Amino acid sequence: MKREMLINAALMAGLLVVPLWAWAVDEPFTITLATRVAILALAAVGLNIALGIGGLVSLGHAAFFGIGGYAMGILASHAQTYDPIMQWPLLVEGTKVMPVIWIVAVLAAALAALVIGALSLRTSGVYFIMITLAFGQMLYFFAISWPAYGGEDGLSIYVRNDFPLLNTLDPIQFFAICFALLALALWFSARLAASPFGLALNAARQTPQRVEAVGLSPFRLRLAAFVLSGAITGLAGALFADLNRFVSPVMFSWQTSGEIIVFIILGGVGRLYGPVAGAALFITLEHFLGEVSDYWHIFLGLLLLAVVLFARGGVIGTLAGRKVAHD
Amino acid sequence: MKLRTLIAAACAGVLGTAGLAEDGKVKVGMITTLSGGGAGLGIDVRDGFLLAAKMAGNDNLEVVVEDDQRKPDIAVQLADKMIQSEKVDVLTGIIWSNLAMAVVPSATARGKFYLSPNAGPSMLAGKGCHPNYFNVAWQNDNLHEAAGGYANDAGFENSFILAPNYPAGQDALTGYKRIYDGDLAGELFTKLGQKDYASEIAQIRASDADSVFFFLPGGMGISFLKQYADSGLELPVVGPAFSFDQGILQAVGEAALGVKNTSQWSKDIDNPANREFVAAFEEAYGRLPSLYASQGYDTANLLLSAMEKADIANAEAFRAALKEADFDSVRGDFEFAANNHPIQDIYVREVIKEGEVYTNKITGVALEDHSNVYVDECDM
Amino acid sequence: MRYRAAPGTGGASTLTTILFIEQVLNGLQFGVMLFVMAAGLTLVFGVMGLINLAHGSLYMVGAFAAAAVAGATGSFVLALGAALAAAAGAGALVELLVIRRLYDREHLDQVLATFALILIFSEGTRWMFGSFPLYLDIPDALSGVVTLPGGIQYSLYRLVIIGIGLGIAGFLFWLISRTRLGIRIRAGESDREMIAALGVDISKLYTLVFALGAALAGLAGALVGAIQSVQVGMGEPVLILAFVVIVIGGIGSIKGAFVGALMVGLTDTLGGLLLPGFFRLFMENAAATSTGSALASMLIYILMAVVLVWRPQGLFGPQT
Repeated sequence: MKREMLINAALMAGLLVVPLWAWAVDEPFTITLATRVAILALAAVGLNIALGIGGLVSLGHAAFFGIGGYAMGILASHAQTYDPIMQWPLLVEGTKVMPVIWIVAVLAAALAALVIGALSLRTSGVYFIMITLAFGQMLYFFAISWPAYGGEDGLSIYVRNDFPLLNTLDPIQFFAICFALLALALWFSARLAASPFGLALNAARQTPQRVEAVGLSPFRLRLAAFVLSGAITGLAGALFADLNRFVSPVMFSWQTSGEIIVFIILGGVGRLYGPVAGAALFITLEHFLGEVSDYWHIFLGLLLLAVVLFARGGVIGTLAGRKVAHD
Repeated sequence: MKLRTLIAAACAGVLGTAGLAEDGKVKVGMITTLSGGGAGLGIDVRDGFLLAAKMAGNDNLEVVVEDDQRKPDIAVQLADKMIQSEKVDVLTGIIWSNLAMAVVPSATARGKFYLSPNAGPSMLAGKGCHPNYFNVAWQNDNLHEAAGGYANDAGFENSFILAPNYPAGQDALTGYKRIYDGDLAGELFTKLGQKDYASEIAQIRASDADSVFFFLPGGMGISFLKQYADSGLELPVVGPAFSFDQGILQAVGEAALGVKNTSQWSKDIDNPANREFVAAFEEAYGRLPSLYASQGYDTANLLLSAMEKADIANAEAFRAALKEADFDSVRGDFEFAANNHPIQDIYVREVIKEGEVYTNKITGVALEDHSNVYVDECDM
Repeated sequence: MRYRAAPGTGGASTLTTILFIEQVLNGLQFGVMLFVMAAGLTLVFGVMGLINLAHGSLYMVGAFAAAAVAGATGSFVLALGAALAAAAGAGALVELLVIRRLYDREHLDQVLATFALILIFSEGTRWMFGSFPLYLDIPDALSGVVTLPGGIQYSLYRLVIIGIGLGIAGFLFWLISRTRLGIRIRAGESDREMIAALGVDISKLYTLVFALGAALAGLAGALVGAIQSVQVGMGEPVLILAFVVIVIGGIGSIKGAFVGALMVGLTDTLGGLLLPGFFRLFMENAAATSTGSALASMLIYILMAVVLVWRPQGLFGPQT
């Protein structure tokens, strides 16, 4: 366990040092890449609450990622044009203030997770994987054919949203915001995993009967985890939209859901910092392999295959050694 | 790995700055689709562009090419990389409207030039127009409007029209209806990516249409045409060039023979620049050039013509030089409208078979010196 | 079943009985092809407990093999044979190299490994065949339309597809319920230890079942490729639909896959036809067209969600 903590600390330090170094030598694109890692890791930290602790393999988390993204896109585009979102029964205006956008994104994603979770959690196993996929696809097709907010073209926001006292257009300051939120989410999920709720959730994954025997409802535990999980992924979606200054239905696609899962598995399932390691590795590979060959997907595929077949604990598992039940 | 990132990035930074310092140099960042499903289009734009650059032999032009995988977020990331690390002066290459919408506004806002070799969303032609954004292909509505013009000339009075349910599809039907004078026998939105059109074809059969207009790019169009040919329906079909282009025509095969389509370019346009282009492309790549290759080729030549006249360090002068469009376009006459979109002839082509190869020949002009309707919305 | 929209609205086509029957046939044709695709998936899951996201890649392999052979020889029959052989071969190879290491893994590992296989298959195919779609067309003998009783004009090739699909369904039912292989498959579904105890070479059985599923996917790819387009990435949309089918039907059940496939095929086809008309009853034309089309594209996913909420194990899955 000691060793894993060291690795985790090194990971976070690395994610902090690389952009600082890039900032010092004026290499803004490296900062952008690091920001991307932090945001995608945040999305996967969200999924990891459902998947890692609760054992709920959701192939539909792109739904929450996209809802977060569209919360940002819709609010900011209305603020950009000074066109209120609705005037009746009460006046709702758009906004360019990040914390407000985040709250809306989190609430919207949590609400969606509540509805999707309440229906999906009636099933389990493969059926759960597939029904979450179905909900993701539903939203994907809806976003494509919904003309009000750009349909497949998506929505472009010309200037990044504001955060009090910071200049978000400066890459390093925006990175700092994303990194802080990632650290907060990691701290939160560590606390959650160690809390009575986390322990009960973990127990519900392993032996649901025992949880029921002490009077807890596995369904409610899982639903609560699913809602928290969706909310964090929704927050990541809002940040991702701000990073790109753009949202589109691609955020809802099943490939996005697949990639979020890939981050977790690359990093190591059930490892708290697995998403960070996985996202960092994925982005680095994408960056370098893409330069090597037009057919780099083949190498990415081979590497993923190798991780599943031969390095079962992912990056952290391989480095930290044998997997302990949960941490 | 991390150390390598840093070193590689640092080198890129140094090189980029060095490039900027020299006079007359122009660094172009090309973001286009080179892997995955739509790769054929991006490869053609790239090949056309690089062919023109090679033929010009201008050492001051440097091109960096990157693959966007047809994903908007990757395209945005690459644009950031090219602007921040590579320090490019000009961006180009994007194939798809949704990717253009993600990249172009923020690139032009940061003072870069963007030359579009393919996508022309209405937003960028109208309210969102920008002096640094030049479209060398067409405004998205153009080829559909031309199809409407052709329908009038051909005497169609009751068209059945269909397109996928997404912004470009909605624009396509609007564009056709803008010029077309007749009635509609039916109007359908299909699913984006749909491959089976039995249901739509049945509805066409059940209607009393005298013609069919469709916009179904890529694999959707291949599927539709094959199924339409097999359905025994013999109503005339017209569509924009995208479903009849050199790259995919071989996959449609006989089903496309005789179909009329509208395009601003064809390989048999008779002018010296086009003859030179078609011959050079075939020799360099061993295949016939496509519409997209011609657009990439023209984009490079526009840029080269501006480089002859002005230094990119003087953005004002360079912008004016681009706007003059003083180059020999392979499509003949070419000039920019007030919103930096082309004014050009749009032709009607017919699919024919030359030996074993399916290709197009021009049969007439659908719209002469055609501009776009968004000019008035653009104030710059 | 006959109504006419207000004249001159454009876009409101008339719904006649003939059109309706034709659409039912289209839904049926779509459904049986989905069944051929889904049968392999559901067998592999039922017998080996494996989620195979790369099933769509085998569909693509079949279509590409067929297009290549048809291009070289001009024979559609040879092309179909090549599709079966190439997909079965690719399936067996992948099973031996990769898939068999995944049987005792969690679904999560299976999802990731087969996701990786999709990447390898797709880019590998693009590397071999280039980025442009390939040509594959209906053979002359099967092209054109036939007139059915009642004056319905319908594509001969699509009728043949319906026939082949129903034939395969019959063959599979026979295989599962009447043959020695079928007994072993059923035994494998219910009790894996027992079948090993019976002295059946389980790893051979698994390779065989996987190759059979792959061959069916390849056949579907070739049959459908002739009327659609043969290109990289063609497998994934079908794969997702096939998953919808087996989840609705209950995973592991051939009967469920058959019923699910027909439900999905008919819902999709008739939804696209009827929904815009339905919205036109109380909306103006353009808005109705786009709302109806939007809802139609979501319809099968809504169907799947409703079925799962009502019966969490699918229609014919083992109820627990």
